[in-house]
Amino acid sequence: MDRYIARIQDPVKIEIRHLNFYYGQFHALKDINLQIAERKVTALIGPSGCGKTTLLRTMNRMHDLYPGNRYEGEILLDGRNILDRKMDLMELRQRVGMVFQKPTPFNASIFDNVAFGLKLKGIRNRRELEERVEKALRDAALWDEVKDKLKENALSLSGGQQQRLSIARAIAVEPEVLLFDEPTSALDPVSTSKIEELIRRLGQSMTVVIVTHNMQQAARVSDYTAFMYFGEIIEFNSTDIIFTRPRIKLTEDYITGRFG
Amino acid sequence: MERFKDRLFRGFAFASTLLVILVVIAMGILLLVQSRPAIEKFGFIQFIFRDVWNPVEDEFGGLYAVVGTLLSSAIAIAIATPVSIGIAIFITELSPSALRGIFSSVIELLAAIPSIIYGMWGLFVLAPILKHRVEPWMIEHLGFIPFFDGKPYGIGLFNAGIVLAVMIIPYISSIVREVFSLVPDIMKEAAYAVGATRWEVVRHVVIPYTRSGIMAGIILGLGRALGETMAVTFVIGNAYRIPSTIYEPSITIASSLANEFTEATTDLHLSSLFLLAFILFLITFVVMSIGRLIIMRMGRHVA
Repeated sequence: MDRYIARIQDPVKIEIRHLNFYYGQFHALKDINLQIAERKVTALIGPSGCGKTTLLRTMNRMHDLYPGNRYEGEILLDGRNILDRKMDLMELRQRVGMVFQKPTPFNASIFDNVAFGLKLKGIRNRRELEERVEKALRDAALWDEVKDKLKENALSLSGGQQQRLSIARAIAVEPEVLLFDEPTSALDPVSTSKIEELIRRLGQSMTVVIVTHNMQQAARVSDYTAFMYFGEIIEFNSTDIIFTRPRIKLTEDYITGRFG
Repeated sequence: MERFKDRLFRGFAFASTLLVILVVIAMGILLLVQSRPAIEKFGFIQFIFRDVWNPVEDEFGGLYAVVGTLLSSAIAIAIATPVSIGIAIFITELSPSALRGIFSSVIELLAAIPSIIYGMWGLFVLAPILKHRVEPWMIEHLGFIPFFDGKPYGIGLFNAGIVLAVMIIPYISSIVREVFSLVPDIMKEAAYAVGATRWEVVRHVVIPYTRSGIMAGIILGLGRALGETMAVTFVIGNAYRIPSTIYEPSITIASSLANEFTEATTDLHLSSLFLLAFILFLITFVVMSIGRLIIMRMGRHVA
């Protein structure tokens, strides 16, 4: 099968080299080579089951929570291999945050939800917590809606608000990289466009990787796009090129809606 | 023909359900009728708070047994709750998945041991250890806490509490394990994703998410502890008095019934025992209903 993996001009935050990943016997990712640009948005697209979420979850080693998974190859974060046995996963996940398909509010107040990661980091000072919670909520475009009810339970928020709360929790610990796993798949169109705007804005100050089912979304929010198919990256290039003049026939078929 | 069979089947199922409900109601009525002489003599509420139990003078009151029942169950819950939660955490979050089934079946086997065997263990193994080692140590180091000072007995409230705790741990831990497994992976991952350790995920995500389920497990365990008879009769010392420390002998409603029915000579004595039984019936009925209610509400919440 033809492939085209472009090298990027921007500074590289994450460099994936010859990554193979197995769920037990199943070979889920096959020889992945990919550069993730610093302070840009990279989208992973492809049909269901192509391995895009699997690839995303290697970058904060979420797979390690479950038995029977195996990595081969390298994922370099600022030049350091995060697949190294000695990697401290708690520290890695504070540097590489994640937002999920569905909102993940904890059964606690809005404030405590956002402060969660900060407290894990050992920040106890009330004033510092308040400042950083406010900043995270502002950055997540949620502050104006919740500033008067920070003590209320997070479960009382709407779905879209809960997802922005989940983003606020993820960015409160000031990660260098933020991974989004289909963050709008459970949301209505208005909430979706708010989240997309947010992702574009966050992409200016941190490295963002987003998995999406929705090609228009990838075109709208990302600077780079990787098209995946059956565990491989078929084509990777700037989003412009992928959506206007892809080099691989399979990519073109997918983005023009001929399958998927 | 098929329709007839279906109706027959439904009728049978309905009749079975009705039968059990009728039996429960009949038991309640029987207890109430039998305890009438005691209620007429002492009054129902007054009986609960009367601190006397003197068959010779024909004077009876429920306070000693009610207090002993509540205290021994409270000690059991205080011990069993943290242990059960620990077991559930270990099985759902920490143990290798291959061993999960083995660990849970071994713990559930504890529930299959006949209660009289727990009683014998409490009397012959636990009591001497408590009397000579554990209780003296507790009196020395924890004696500053109210009710933890005094003299070691070996047989008494504390022993009963421990034996009851071991007996209810399988029930509580299996319910807690069940509700822990209902926590969606994505919620746990969200906590791991900001750098939480396994313990922090349990502490801040799993336990808050399952609080009402844990409560239900504790209440169902309490329901069992309140009515447990044989094991407690062996180890509580069967003394009609208000204990002033957790080590002292006491009596529970169930052990009092087990001990005295054969010896009850007067009608009032017999009727007082029936009244005690009715009180126990009410307490466990209410406790179990609360537990079931919490589980039902939680089931709806999860769905």
